[in-house]
Amino acid sequence: MRFEGSADYVATEDLKLAVNAAITLRRPLLVKGEPGTGKTMLAEQVAASLGLPLLEWHVKSTTKAQQGLYEYDAVSRLRDSQLGDNRVQDIANYIVRGTLWQAFASETPVVLLIDEIDKADIEFPNDLLRELDRMEFHVYETREMVRARHRPLVFITSNNEKELPDAFLRRCFFHYIRFPDRDTLARIVEVHFPGIRKDLLREALEAFFEVRDTPGLKKKPSTSELIDWLKLLLAEDISPEVLRSKDRKTIIPPMHGALLKNEQDVHLFERLVFLARQSR
Amino acid sequence: MLIDFFLALRRHRLPVSLKEHLMLIEAVRDGVIGPDIDAFYLLARAALIKDESLYDRYDLAFAEYFKGVQALTGLDADIPLEWLRRQAELELTAEERARIEAMGGWEKLMETLRKRLEEQHERHQGGNRMIGTAGTSPFGAFGFNPEGVRIGQDASRHRRAVKVWDQREFRNLDGTAELGTRNIKVALRRLRRFAREGAADELDLEHTISGTARNAGLLDIQMRPERRNAIKVLLFLDIGGSMDDHIKLCEELFSAARSEFKRLEHFYFHNCLYEHVWKDNRRRISERTRTVDILNKYGHDHKVIFIGDATMSPYEIVQPGGSLEYANEEPGAVWLRRVLDTWPRTVWLNPEPEELWNYRQSIAMIRDIFRGRMFPTTLQGLEQAMKVLSR
Ligand SMILES: Nc1ncnc2c1ncn2[C@@H]1O[C@H](COP(=O)(O)OP(=O)(O)OP(=O)(O)O)[C@@H](O)[C@H]1O
Ligand SMILES: [Mg+2]
Repeated sequence: MRFEGSADYVATEDLKLAVNAAITLRRPLLVKGEPGTGKTMLAEQVAASLGLPLLEWHVKSTTKAQQGLYEYDAVSRLRDSQLGDNRVQDIANYIVRGTLWQAFASETPVVLLIDEIDKADIEFPNDLLRELDRMEFHVYETREMVRARHRPLVFITSNNEKELPDAFLRRCFFHYIRFPDRDTLARIVEVHFPGIRKDLLREALEAFFEVRDTPGLKKKPSTSELIDWLKLLLAEDISPEVLRSKDRKTIIPPMHGALLKNEQDVHLFERLVFLARQSR
Repeated sequence: MLIDFFLALRRHRLPVSLKEHLMLIEAVRDGVIGPDIDAFYLLARAALIKDESLYDRYDLAFAEYFKGVQALTGLDADIPLEWLRRQAELELTAEERARIEAMGGWEKLMETLRKRLEEQHERHQGGNRMIGTAGTSPFGAFGFNPEGVRIGQDASRHRRAVKVWDQREFRNLDGTAELGTRNIKVALRRLRRFAREGAADELDLEHTISGTARNAGLLDIQMRPERRNAIKVLLFLDIGGSMDDHIKLCEELFSAARSEFKRLEHFYFHNCLYEHVWKDNRRRISERTRTVDILNKYGHDHKVIFIGDATMSPYEIVQPGGSLEYANEEPGAVWLRRVLDTWPRTVWLNPEPEELWNYRQSIAMIRDIFRGRMFPTTLQGLEQAMKVLSR
């Protein structure tokens, strides 16, 4: 099994190598990077290109590690007991499998995405150490041991909101997706808009990086904003000339609201352009 | 050979573990990469380095290690001056270093080396002989193979693509993370010790339901005390004077600490701790608290954090009457020692850059009193401090 990128996803050499190392050794790959650098999409693409099912576990601040294994649905059991249902005798009827269990139980290897692990409590990764290492866990209620038939390919993403524990990190391969450089970004755009006019692409990227480099932005526009913005430019049939300028600092690109989503950032950007115009 | 690589990374203070090293070996063995140094660079990074802010240090370590290997094997002549200097300064004995100094220092040595190299190249092109023999020539004596050394010659660089690790693209990521309230909170959470203490005044829904279910439907109400962070913290903040430069940081620390610890008391002091502290900076004269009372009031299990730049005249620490605020009967050092005796878990956070500490006498003194438990207010420093406190 080897991941070579896909028609819909631009994977750099270093990313592919990290993915393949993780796949070969069946160790989790932890992927970090700015928002919109394709962390979540990576797992989807690996699954699609290897022809494996994808199981997704989206982590929130309230997510507990246990929920990925299983949950005991006491409320249903209580209700069934009131209704005199016979199922109530067997506790196993009320054990609900979590994503990890489903991944372990699958007949074929699967890709398991644990998305945004840093959203959860700092203890969360520690609570999954054994499960990710040995790929097994114990179900207390039914005294059953669940072992993975096939070690799943685990992809974990993080936005770096919290530092992850060392013990957890030691068990993973790690890759930091840098914000793409101009060439990579151009390749990504062409994946999304095949045959886009070269001059439009060039001017748009130029304008995009100009906005992105505005000092003091709360949220820098990312790949997804660039793609949304291009979608608008194409829909409105904006010509490259509109984006071009001798002094780029003095123009506000059309529909810049798609690039800067935060009101403060929009103001900041407009003010800087205004100042640049004045000082000319 | 790979174990040397591992040790080289450790020498560069990269926190690589044996477990990760074994993972790397396994990956090499399982054919993840071919015999390709660039691929090895990437694979080793993915296996060993788990923090992108360390990528730059990794690049340096990698460059150094593999150039060392190349120098030994004489396979590839491309050793930058900077590498030699660092390598040598790391490994030379004091005596050898003195000899270099006697010869006019590194610059001189390298200059001579370059000249000799040129001469030798004129004489026998591509010759494989060392310049001088060990013991008689300064170069041989230091174990270099000058044949393998190109100093200040960029020709080879133009021929060859510059290696990734030499580009050091992650340079700006290195360094200690900036502290924001969020980061501070995360660091402070290390101190968490949750406990359910006191009266059972909260309905334990989960256990009520499961109890009732297990009870075949008979209601089984369960109560429990609320879950609280049981850690108790005393915060002593240096205020005014040279601390004005650090106000934002102190505010952030303070607000993060306040939201994290329910049981937090804070006090202000100026420069050093003496007979009095105060809780409200506007009423620092009228509403003072006696330090003695604090020492008596708060139990030994309190964690104590001092925040201050420890920058003052040494008199303010060791002399009675040294305080800027009032005539103190006992020197600040005595008060600080009392604090340490009362609360064994005490640390000092210093917002001044750590590199400066050695140049300020008062910082060294206070650090001494604190038996080394002074930490910079970087994310790393904060984490170390919390580790010490939570022990
Ligand atoms: N390498 C890439 N190739 C193709 N499209 C990409 C690539 N990187 C990002 N994109 C585009 O950017 C969008 C955002 O990607 P994705 O949601 O995976 O980012 P993310 O890193 O998970 O962001 P977040 O941290 O916000 O979750 C994708 O839907 C895709 O359209
Ligand atoms: Mg995502």
